[in-house]
Amino acid sequence: MNWELMLDSIPRLAGAVPLTLELVGAALACGAVVAFATALLRLSGNRVAAGVTGAYVFVFRGTPLLVQIFLIYYGLGQFEAVRESVLWPFLREPMWCAILALTLNTGAYTSEILRGAILSVPHGQIEAARACGMSRVLVFRRIILPVAIRQMLPAYGNEVILMVKASSLASTITMLEITGLARKIISQTFAVFEIFIVAGALYLLINFLASRLVKYAEWRMTPYLRARA
Amino acid sequence: MLDLLSFGPNGWGGQLLAGTAMTMAVALSSFLLGLLFGAGGAAAKLSQNVALRGVAEVYTTVVRGVPELLVIYLLFFGGSGMVMAVARVFGYDGYIELNAFSIGVASVGLISGAYSTEVIRGAVQAVPFGQIEAARACGMNRWLILRRVLVPQTLRYALPGLGNVWQLTLKDTALISVTALAEIMRVSHVAAGSTRQPFLFYSTAAALYLLLTTVSTTAFERAERYANRGVRRV
Repeated sequence: MNWELMLDSIPRLAGAVPLTLELVGAALACGAVVAFATALLRLSGNRVAAGVTGAYVFVFRGTPLLVQIFLIYYGLGQFEAVRESVLWPFLREPMWCAILALTLNTGAYTSEILRGAILSVPHGQIEAARACGMSRVLVFRRIILPVAIRQMLPAYGNEVILMVKASSLASTITMLEITGLARKIISQTFAVFEIFIVAGALYLLINFLASRLVKYAEWRMTPYLRARA
Repeated sequence: MLDLLSFGPNGWGGQLLAGTAMTMAVALSSFLLGLLFGAGGAAAKLSQNVALRGVAEVYTTVVRGVPELLVIYLLFFGGSGMVMAVARVFGYDGYIELNAFSIGVASVGLISGAYSTEVIRGAVQAVPFGQIEAARACGMNRWLILRRVLVPQTLRYALPGLGNVWQLTLKDTALISVTALAEIMRVSHVAAGSTRQPFLFYSTAAALYLLLTTVSTTAFERAERYANRGVRRV
């Protein structure tokens, strides 16, 4: 074990952390919007909307993320129409393709989490809100959504960690995030173990902090469960 | 364009079929290896031995917290070195090279095992303790209790969780394509490159994975129904 090399690689690999965080942050933010729309459409009662969103969730949960990334990065460019469209400047860049693939992937999983959470809201609470004279939108905004979001947090914490790990696949389409940079350094130094151990430790650290953050959000949202001082 | 997928000299059908068989072989072997690791990990986590519990805890935390791709790379680039280091201890000094299949199965099995450990541990803990006491009172020895009481009940509780682990394992096998093992993803990549039809081949790959995950979901549902025979439905 070459300890000196390991120490030297820490700041270098840490330089790739911002890119990993950007990928994960962008995917989670956009994925939340996709998940929200998908969950609502699946619960809307409209046959067509529920069918289309159901198919989306089925396909993206049933196939490996690597296929989704390659399909978007290599596959879409095959079509003349895509290459001539206004989207091409985006779809040409590995960064945008990676974000798009991660977004669609996490959107599918998160929509299922959100759907389950919305269905778990006790019916009595909704009836009570209606009895108070709240409109449908107001019931959703004030009762269903806050209760559902609190309910989904533990499962969403898992999804955040999965996304941090999934961002490593961006290295297969030339992105130099933590995994990509680690491979590059290894090709120069041939120190497989040292570099990968440092890279793995960085991912563990990110995931540890992410899980703490979700735990904190959970604590903030459940004041009624805390012991009264 | 679709004749590229046909069987025959100009089509990739044969290779894709072989790739699907390879994916299934890797997934099944990794899942079984993972079950072995999982049973061992669960036993370690539930044992009285602090050291064993610590090792199992580190195993599940690290493997579940680090990207799958990193685990595969580590074994792919460092696996031969590790095996040679062990061989040197036993006095063998030659060069050992591992093939892509065994490295793939070892790495995906390692990942699968970390998730299986948690599933099996939870299932074992779900078996009511009174049943173990009752079995002991009947005079059964430890192995008999394991075989007749613990394992059949654990299986029932673990099946839904193991179904999830199987899906994860199946999808993780796609990552082994980075080691050039000719499974679905690798064949599609090569075909996409040489025919310049990436969309066609990657969507075919997606369809093949979708087929495998759908069929296996049904299989797991059947297995659950079988394991729950004789249990009253709510």
